Amino acid sequence: MKIVIINYGAGNIQSIMFAIERLGFKAVLSNNPEEIKSADKVIFPGVGEASYAMKMLKQSGLDALIPTLKQPVFGICLGMQLMCNSSEEGNTEGLGIFDVDVIKFSSKVKVPQMGWNNIYNLKSDLFKGIAENEYMYLVHSFYAPLCAETISTTNYELEYSSALENDNFYGTQFHPEKSGDVGERILGNFLKL
Amino acid sequence: MLTKRIIPCLDIKNGRTVKGVNFVDLRDAGDPVELAKIYSDEGADELVFLDISATEERRRTLIDLVRKVAATINIPFTVGGGISAVEDVEVLLQNGADKVSINSSAVKNPQLINDLAQKFGSQCVVVAIDAKQIDEEWIVHLVGGKVPTEIKLFDWAKEVEERGAGEILFTSMNHDGTKNGFANEALAKLSQLVNIPIIASGGAGNMQHFVDTFIDGKADAALAASVFHFKEIEIKALKKELKNNNIEVRI
Repeated sequence: MKIVIINYGAGNIQSIMFAIERLGFKAVLSNNPEEIKSADKVIFPGVGEASYAMKMLKQSGLDALIPTLKQPVFGICLGMQLMCNSSEEGNTEGLGIFDVDVIKFSSKVKVPQMGWNNIYNLKSDLFKGIAENEYMYLVHSFYAPLCAETISTTNYELEYSSALENDNFYGTQFHPEKSGDVGERILGNFLKL
Repeated sequence: MLTKRIIPCLDIKNGRTVKGVNFVDLRDAGDPVELAKIYSDEGADELVFLDISATEERRRTLIDLVRKVAATINIPFTVGGGISAVEDVEVLLQNGADKVSINSSAVKNPQLINDLAQKFGSQCVVVAIDAKQIDEEWIVHLVGGKVPTEIKLFDWAKEVEERGAGEILFTSMNHDGTKNGFANEALAKLSQLVNIPIIASGGAGNMQHFVDTFIDGKADAALAASVFHFKEIEIKALKKELKNNNIEVRI
């Protein structure tokens, strides 16, 4: 199986590489469209600021490529947010894969949300064998509200989408590669799709 | 609900853990990777590695260590100690660290906080503040609490938040090493003052101290070293105790 992690200069890629190795697979890093297109599974990571990350994607033409991919694609954290219609962070236009707009938590809660929170109302093969209310590691200041494509809910100030799915596209706000053994199982589920 | 976090801290010198560590089941008590794995398996929510070595070899050894830790454990970890430039952080993150902690270098060059937040995002910038209460006033100290500055704790906390820190790790030099509990009054004040997470550090001696720092100190996370290393407190038992006190934890 060929696993490609999209490398566009925004993301803690090494942790995902290691998590995939612990699952017994190898991944390659690439920003080459042909290589990405030829993968069986594509992982789209991201940490940092949305408008900067989108600028980096555009520089390599990946903003046009990603929405056209046919194989399972997994956006993590900022990767998931960039797959939405837009983000309030830096007034960024997104890839429009998930039909929802990413907005900021209010100042009623500490921002960023940082730490372990539970995921529930799970509905996707991504969560096969995963119990309701398991804890995942999250670090984020912006969130995707609940929508038709929500496959996992988390509560911080309010209920929001901690994971999204549309056709072959999946996204999690949490970091499966940093969420202990359960997180690794979710990453493993994606690789089995 | 977002849980409170328990964070063991490992002091590292030339790639090895310092402070005798009382784990009988360890093959090599000085091996940070093995210790990290044990803490991760026991339910630690994060780990902090504080590099206190000062040799030329330091950086290379630290980077090797970061890679090995990242390859082994599947929880977040922070690396601190001797970080003074954007390039230092870049290489640590590239090798698998999730966050970095800066202390003296942020006091000497506050712009570093802005630069790191802009380049890597606030989520990976922890500003560690060591402070001592002198005549009712909390004063920021450098070099592990040895050198006083003119800076007041609460002013500095507000400033680091504004500059883009994602989290504050506050160590009270009055409490550190005493095992008499955390500086809950100052912690609660910090937590009200800034809107980013606060990690309590310094003073942990028993499980009640953790309960108190989460309830009275309003801390988001609590960090400790020796009580974990010497097995005076086991993380599993601690989390159970916290849960019994209606504090949300990951079990």
